[in-house]
Amino acid sequence: MDLKLPNPVRPAFVKTEHDDAVIVNIGPSHPATHGTVQIIAALDGEKVLRADVHCGYLHRGFEKECEDHTWHNLIPYVDRLNYCSALINDFAYCDAVEQLMGVAITPRARYLRTLLAEYSRLADHLTCVAATLMELGAMTAFLYLVMIRDYIYEHIADLTGARVTYSYGRIGGLARDLPAGWTARLVAILDQYEDFIGRVHGLVDRNRIFIDRMRNVGVITTEDAINWGYTGPILRSTGAPRDLRKDTPYLAYAELDFEVPVGIKGDNYDRYYVRMREMDESVHMIRQLVDMLPAGPINVDDPRCVLPEKSLVYGEIESLITHFKLIMDGPRVPAGEIYVAHEGANGELGFYLVSDGSGTPYKVHVRAPSFVHMGGAHRMLEGYQLADVVPTFGSINMIGGECDR
Amino acid sequence: MTPRTIPIRSEREPRSAFEYIATRKDELIGWARKFSLFPYPFVTACCAMEFMAVSSSPYDTDRFGAALPRFSPRQADLLMVVGTVTHKQAPILLKVYEQMCEPKWVMAFGVCATSGGFYQNYAAVAGIDRIIPVDIYIPGCPPRPEMVIDGIMQLQDKIARSQHLIVNKSF
Amino acid sequence: MAASILDTVAGELDPAGTGSTLAHGTLVLVVPAAQLRGTVERLKAEFGFDLFLDVTAVDWPRDELRFEVVYHFYATTHRVRVRVKTRVPAADPTVDSLTFLYGSARFMERECHEMYGIAFRGNDDLRPILLYEGFKGHPLRKDYPKQQEQPLVPYRK
Repeated sequence: MDLKLPNPVRPAFVKTEHDDAVIVNIGPSHPATHGTVQIIAALDGEKVLRADVHCGYLHRGFEKECEDHTWHNLIPYVDRLNYCSALINDFAYCDAVEQLMGVAITPRARYLRTLLAEYSRLADHLTCVAATLMELGAMTAFLYLVMIRDYIYEHIADLTGARVTYSYGRIGGLARDLPAGWTARLVAILDQYEDFIGRVHGLVDRNRIFIDRMRNVGVITTEDAINWGYTGPILRSTGAPRDLRKDTPYLAYAELDFEVPVGIKGDNYDRYYVRMREMDESVHMIRQLVDMLPAGPINVDDPRCVLPEKSLVYGEIESLITHFKLIMDGPRVPAGEIYVAHEGANGELGFYLVSDGSGTPYKVHVRAPSFVHMGGAHRMLEGYQLADVVPTFGSINMIGGECDR
Repeated sequence: MTPRTIPIRSEREPRSAFEYIATRKDELIGWARKFSLFPYPFVTACCAMEFMAVSSSPYDTDRFGAALPRFSPRQADLLMVVGTVTHKQAPILLKVYEQMCEPKWVMAFGVCATSGGFYQNYAAVAGIDRIIPVDIYIPGCPPRPEMVIDGIMQLQDKIARSQHLIVNKSF
Repeated sequence: MAASILDTVAGELDPAGTGSTLAHGTLVLVVPAAQLRGTVERLKAEFGFDLFLDVTAVDWPRDELRFEVVYHFYATTHRVRVRVKTRVPAADPTVDSLTFLYGSARFMERECHEMYGIAFRGNDDLRPILLYEGFKGHPLRKDYPKQQEQPLVPYRK
């Protein structure tokens, strides 16, 4: 077919300073770029001289879509930002709306959200580490990690009804309470996790090939990382103990005992190891939270945002009208603006909300860590080998949904 | 679940010796092709999480001969479009499809690839069938792995039932 | 401690006390577009706001100064956030770029430019980033219809 297809992007450079350098296009449909990133690199032999990173291949109009839905209806869209750890997005968004409305959630919802956020972080880091290892050829470790991730997915599906995108957070609480026996299975999965993760540590940590590919590759300093807006595991891998869970505690993090693991020099190996250590800390936190979980309701008793009981909706006219108004018009959020940030699996996940007092947001903006990380990714690619693009990119853990929104 | 029967005989009744041979040839080639699918995962979005689960040990598409992903379109015969395709991505999808050799099949994995899902706006393409022909649609956001496996089996049935042109248009 | 540093910042940068409020734990500074650059330079140099979190805009089509450009900064040592807001008219939506202070401003200004049409004076790389070459208009402006598509490849049939 002789169809001339338009090029959606314009490269930053079409020729290089060196005569013998070549320009190579990587992606967007390349197994290592997760389908949504394009890197145009100038190469001298195998060395990357200059990299031009393009994203936006998964821009699906999240922010425009938000302005067309009620505050409640956004929750499924929010889920699909960072789809590896959808619950963290849910809770960060709900927290922002609740703070704008002046709603304080119940203790049980607060602890349960903390538990589920850590559980999601565990699944996210498992995915990231598994993908990085698979791209380096460590298929066995990949299969171990995906196996344990699948236990977690099925377990969360018992609670929420979905494996990946849960829509479980609600403004003012949660969709439903834990089913019977859920925490017992949780404890069993954490034990299995420790078994599997021990095998992965044994397979790769001191593996010569793995170390050669990861050590001193994709190095970034703390100053550079802060200048390029890096947060989360990448910033911590440079040695800076910056974690919103410790720095500005939200949910129940102030009452938990946990450490903030940091790296030594900010290379790929440190990023891998920081994620592995963070998973252990998450497990430690989940175990504490299982014991701390108080009894009580999961939704606040506030007719401005929480739907009335189904039996009351069918039985009395006031509840029916409340239900109707909440569904059709959405909860009324007082006019104002707010920025709330949670520690997402990749870094600071911030929601900037502007309300004009109606049931529909005036503006929703997401400060997505992956997008910011892509802005500085060329710093970690330039000066290294072409083959190092793959592990470096894997350890950044770019998630298309939140990068391009 | 009742076992899925693979039709041995095509719907047409053979009228002559030549047609009889042609029908048997289609069955033979269809049988061979349906167990040797080489997928090209055009992975963009959330459905990738389920694609990872489908293709690794818990669900194991190897049982259907469709395990080994080929990351070159020229070596693949099943294009799995996993996730949302946006207008920015559309030229790349079309280019990948055009680079694949015949015979080729296309699977729309997830509701975004099927119809755009709940992204009905300026950025997303409302279904990849506006750009390339699709053989099988798997709804779900994202679909459960069992649904994907069911989709693969239905595609295998479709391959087994179709005509396979290998020499020229008449044979 | 967090509150005291914000009080200091508010007292230094807004001595009259007219353009600053404290809302939900974040200090909000409203400055004219001409003073944006000077304000942010002082925030970074004197008060340690070293992390450039975000820039976006809010479209108020009925106002004379139509676009409100909103910045968020974080101080990693003091652990507090500051929001800086400035208004620009639709006829000339131009503000100064902050790329000379923060590297991370580069991508985020590109996004704000294509989504709202805000021009960042001093940022020489304002190519489309989430959208594509040839996209006309600015989709997050309130007057852009949500479903107005601009396909790159012709549809089948």
